[in-house]
Amino acid sequence: MKPALSVLIFTVSSGAGYGLLIWLLLFYLFSPDALALALSPDSLRTYFGLYGGIGLVLVTLGLLSSTLHLANPKNAWRAFNRFRTSWLSREGVFALLFYPAFILFAALLWFGVDATGLTATTALVALAIAFATLVCTGMIYASLKPIRQWHNNLTTPIYIGFSLMSGSLLYGMLYQYQFGKLPAPVFNAFITSLIVTLLLKLLYFWHIGKPDGAGKNRTTIGDATGFSQAQVRLMDAGHSSGTFLTKEFVYDAGALRLLILRRCMLVLTFVIPLALIIWGRQVGIPSAVYLAMVFMLGGTLLERWLFFAEARHVVRLYHGDQSN
Amino acid sequence: MKLGLAIDLDTCVGCHACATACKQWNTSGTIGPLTDQDPYGRDPIGTWLNRIRTYEVAGTPVAGIPVEGAPVSKTVHMPMSCMQCEEADCVTVCPTGASYKREEDGIVLVDQDKCMGCNLCAWACPYGARELDEEQGVMKKCTLCVDRIYDEALPEAERQPACVLSCPTSSRVFGDFDDPNSTVSKLTVERGGQGLMPELGYKPVNRYLPPRQHTAEAMDVQRSPMQKLAQWTNKLIQR
Repeated sequence: MKPALSVLIFTVSSGAGYGLLIWLLLFYLFSPDALALALSPDSLRTYFGLYGGIGLVLVTLGLLSSTLHLANPKNAWRAFNRFRTSWLSREGVFALLFYPAFILFAALLWFGVDATGLTATTALVALAIAFATLVCTGMIYASLKPIRQWHNNLTTPIYIGFSLMSGSLLYGMLYQYQFGKLPAPVFNAFITSLIVTLLLKLLYFWHIGKPDGAGKNRTTIGDATGFSQAQVRLMDAGHSSGTFLTKEFVYDAGALRLLILRRCMLVLTFVIPLALIIWGRQVGIPSAVYLAMVFMLGGTLLERWLFFAEARHVVRLYHGDQSN
Repeated sequence: MKLGLAIDLDTCVGCHACATACKQWNTSGTIGPLTDQDPYGRDPIGTWLNRIRTYEVAGTPVAGIPVEGAPVSKTVHMPMSCMQCEEADCVTVCPTGASYKREEDGIVLVDQDKCMGCNLCAWACPYGARELDEEQGVMKKCTLCVDRIYDEALPEAERQPACVLSCPTSSRVFGDFDDPNSTVSKLTVERGGQGLMPELGYKPVNRYLPPRQHTAEAMDVQRSPMQKLAQWTNKLIQR
């Protein structure tokens, strides 16, 4: 699949935004330590203004970027029409619902209305909606049967994992900026989500195999054309230059390059940020967390790029690939 | 009704008349125009609803040597357009409701006024049946010439998709797969017609009639009288 920059930016930016907001809500509900709730109401407002604001900006930027992918954006408002069947529609609906839910929560907190647990209830609702949005985004890809690298049970958890991991690091970075330290709950959230996501991603690479289109249990050109018992070879694609199909689906970065980039991605996203955070915490270097964020941003973008570049749609078989 | 096409891979000669006729009819039809970019330039690219690819399907040689009586290698021309799937994922993934499947005849269509050009339906289609019109920004696909087949202004014989009418070898047959007595249903039974990639579960309606199993025709070679006698004896014994 051809990686579309607008979609890469959308998934990375919105992913980190929702991750940040999910942690904000989770900490509010379950771990007030990480929220510095002991602070005066004034600092609490600044705190929520900063974290919530940045989270919402990232989410919104991502959503706006995703509309750049549309060839006919004037009809984008219709995308909420098929909630019952379409994951893309569901994503749109939840993404939209999140705004009022989160803003209500922030407003309740801002004005200090919390005698009846209303704020906590609103936080819980916003949390559920944010999570649902992430699930829907993952399912848009996981539900596509013609792409075996996407149509599996790991696609969605990995997307959520990346969101929570980059979100927790972003949270830690902002906290570091504001209070000059990294509290234990944030540190633990980051380490846990990083390790879980790393394990899922390694499992994913093992599951999809080498990115060369060869290997066992693959759909072959014979399966695609119906001559499953014979050797089939494309003689003529029927067109002298590209088509929509070849432009959209036939993307070859080269198996060796993809394998190298996989390793780069693992180092950028997991190894370096993990080392920086642990080292920075032990030695006490505040800038380590900012550096970790830069690496993670690059790594996450690369991960999304790979997700597209390694995906081999079955329509490629009709265009001459021997297997996917 | 379950309208669709039966396509004979034995007789298709890969002339692209169906694709050309399709483009000609549909560019001025209800979903038209089907735009081209750089049509007379170096790298022409454009929207087509029907594409023909040519494959070499190898016979069954043993250790590289063809076996007598076994099917020989064949050149197979495979025209592909929308399969009008019964379980059409292109319809369910569509967020706007632009893609829909008609209940009365099973034709999958795109409402050009509602499509936002997100490409998700094309991603969900394993057959490459959908193409985004770059200039118009909306998805185009085969309509089974829905603007021909019901047009009572046309003579009855012409109420068929343009690709079917144009096929010089009658390799494309249009009809109702729900009716067991229709030509397409009978052909499918008779010739063992199959849908492509049924394992994906889309239940494609279109059927491909596989090439007949021909063996290589012996050339009229000159044989010595002794060879002729041996051949005659062999035939006699075989009886």
